[in-house]
Amino acid sequence: MSDKTHKAHKAHKAGKAPKAAADIETRPAVTGDGTGPVAGSGPRVAVLKTYKLYVGGKFPRSESGRVYEVTDSEGNWLANAPRASRKDARDAVVAARKAFGGWSGATAYNRGQVLYRVAEMLEGRRDQFVREVADAEGLSGARAAGVVDATIDRWVWYAGWTDKIAQVTGGANPVAGPYFNLSSPEPTGVVAVLAPQESSFLGLVSVLAPVIATGNTAVVVASERAPLPALSLAEVLATSDVPGGVVNVLSGGTAEIAAPLAAHQDVNAIDLAGADERLAKELEVAAADNLKRVLRPQPVDYFATPGTDRMTAFLETKTVWHPTGSLGASGSSY
Amino acid sequence: MRSIANRRQRGEARCQTPRARPDRRDTAYVRRFRFPRPLPRLYSRYARRYARLVTMPTTAPTANALADVTASDSTLRRFLHGLPGVDAVGLEARAASLGTRSIKTTAKAYAIDLAISMVDLTTLEGADTPGKVRALGAKAVLPDPTDRTAPTTAAVCVYPDMVAVAKEAVAGSGVKVASVATAFPAGRAALGVKLADVRDAVAAGADEVDMVIDRGAFLAGRYLKVYDEIVAVKEVCGDARLKVIFETGELSTYDNIRRASWLGMLAGADFIKTSTGKVAVNATPANTLLMLEAVRDFRAQTGVQVGVKPAGGIRTSKDAIKFLVLVNETAGEDWLDNHWFRFGASSLLNDLLMQRQKLATGRYSGPDYVTVD
Repeated sequence: MSDKTHKAHKAHKAGKAPKAAADIETRPAVTGDGTGPVAGSGPRVAVLKTYKLYVGGKFPRSESGRVYEVTDSEGNWLANAPRASRKDARDAVVAARKAFGGWSGATAYNRGQVLYRVAEMLEGRRDQFVREVADAEGLSGARAAGVVDATIDRWVWYAGWTDKIAQVTGGANPVAGPYFNLSSPEPTGVVAVLAPQESSFLGLVSVLAPVIATGNTAVVVASERAPLPALSLAEVLATSDVPGGVVNVLSGGTAEIAAPLAAHQDVNAIDLAGADERLAKELEVAAADNLKRVLRPQPVDYFATPGTDRMTAFLETKTVWHPTGSLGASGSSY
Repeated sequence: MRSIANRRQRGEARCQTPRARPDRRDTAYVRRFRFPRPLPRLYSRYARRYARLVTMPTTAPTANALADVTASDSTLRRFLHGLPGVDAVGLEARAASLGTRSIKTTAKAYAIDLAISMVDLTTLEGADTPGKVRALGAKAVLPDPTDRTAPTTAAVCVYPDMVAVAKEAVAGSGVKVASVATAFPAGRAALGVKLADVRDAVAAGADEVDMVIDRGAFLAGRYLKVYDEIVAVKEVCGDARLKVIFETGELSTYDNIRRASWLGMLAGADFIKTSTGKVAVNATPANTLLMLEAVRDFRAQTGVQVGVKPAGGIRTSKDAIKFLVLVNETAGEDWLDNHWFRFGASSLLNDLLMQRQKLATGRYSGPDYVTVD
């Protein structure tokens, strides 16, 4: 299964010799005070990272055993990412469904705390994300840092919304009868999220955070060309307090993974942010069969402060009629 | 060859006529049964001296030998302890390697339908109500209300007091009603109580009886007590088929599972069943493989075919198909039929139905599209 991974690693070591890895290999070991090499110690061996899927709180390889090469914006090899198959998608949906009860049943206040904790963890890994975003999107260090900061801020912004969205979208309705009539928003269920292709980190968080902030669970298909920030985000989620299965991250061919997700009878909604026009249409047709909610792709400026649209897109409204008691001839009795 | 059917007469007669045992010093006997193949010359000197002490018989004991083994507690123990030891590592490796077969497309469709037809749809809870049993019966008769081509399950499995309700729910459908009995699941009751339990179930119309063996007696080495109990239950069963549950999770070794399998089959079990589903370790591929080997060997020796029922812990179609591969590769095609192989399960059926829908429609199904018990 891992054969392909290893072969690919070897091929790259022998052939193209990625720039970053070569740098690491020749980097001299430094002393504790950073003044110079430790006597007698040679150059360090490169520690290449194996990126894996994130399903149900675990980090499996793709069930298919496949990987694909991820390059930076100039075509230099960065890493091999797993190429998820439809079975990985199926497993992810099962995991998301299993996690839905607990996550949607948690208090909004608790969800907010958990999401804020994720932001704390992101802050701690800031340097790593800056590097990955710079590689993935071809940005300078300073611009990549700006993107990562905006991303963490976005996450905090949505963490604050968890216990406020109900006040905005729900409330008491005036009705012509002796009833209290109350509407409250409820999460839709399992949401498949196709992350934006270009904005590999800020875009990803901008579509993922609103989905889980409102109590849905998500199966995320990472940007096909630049999946590494998404796969690293999974590591952050695993080490914060987000229950396993609430977010599942798949990398690979967007069209390949999205098709079974769109047709899946146990997926309640799909966000098509990462699909091009043709693919989006196909997926919408497939999604119609079990009346999934569909959020069509639209041009978005991910740096702008978002509205509540992405949260309300995956909320259902539950309305309760409650008798107020007898009104009779005397008018209101409450 | 003595038939197993007249075991009972043997049981009655065994005290009066002590049977002549074959003389182990008789060289013709030794050549035939102890050394089926001539030993290589190189090893012959030591091998001949110690062979009787260290080798396991590689040929099956003959039917005559089986006729003798239940004569007394000590002969039974000698027989059961004389069964070849189980190579635990080899067994698990074999079970694991058979689990890697890829069963796809039409073969998968066949396997799923076969597995559905083998399910003993089970509810064994303290909270069982007549309504729940009726719902279960309806599901057994028509597993997928949206697709009438789905086969019926083999049986519903309930506690004895629910047999009448279950019988009514599946009337006219060909689905059998199985009842656990003999103080299920612990089996810790006097024989009279156990037999009364069985009698009640059979009187209420149970087609099959699932009994538990006395694990305490088995583990204490009192094999004849276990044997006699099974024989007694079998007698009370009448026409109902008897499934004997070993509770493999409590037998602690593979050797014990092999012994229990032979003991159950000698006593007249129509089915041997792994477990009650009430303990931590239930049916595993390895212990089911072991029991399949036992029924295969038993038929080879006696001509009597015995069924196998793994129960508990089988929840996915993938698992079920792995068990079917085990059956086909070990016992053979004769067992690929719900008369000879069953799954004791409750949630398995839903997964099989979801997989069936996936094959039919090409899209993954979900729990919203099957009935929830």
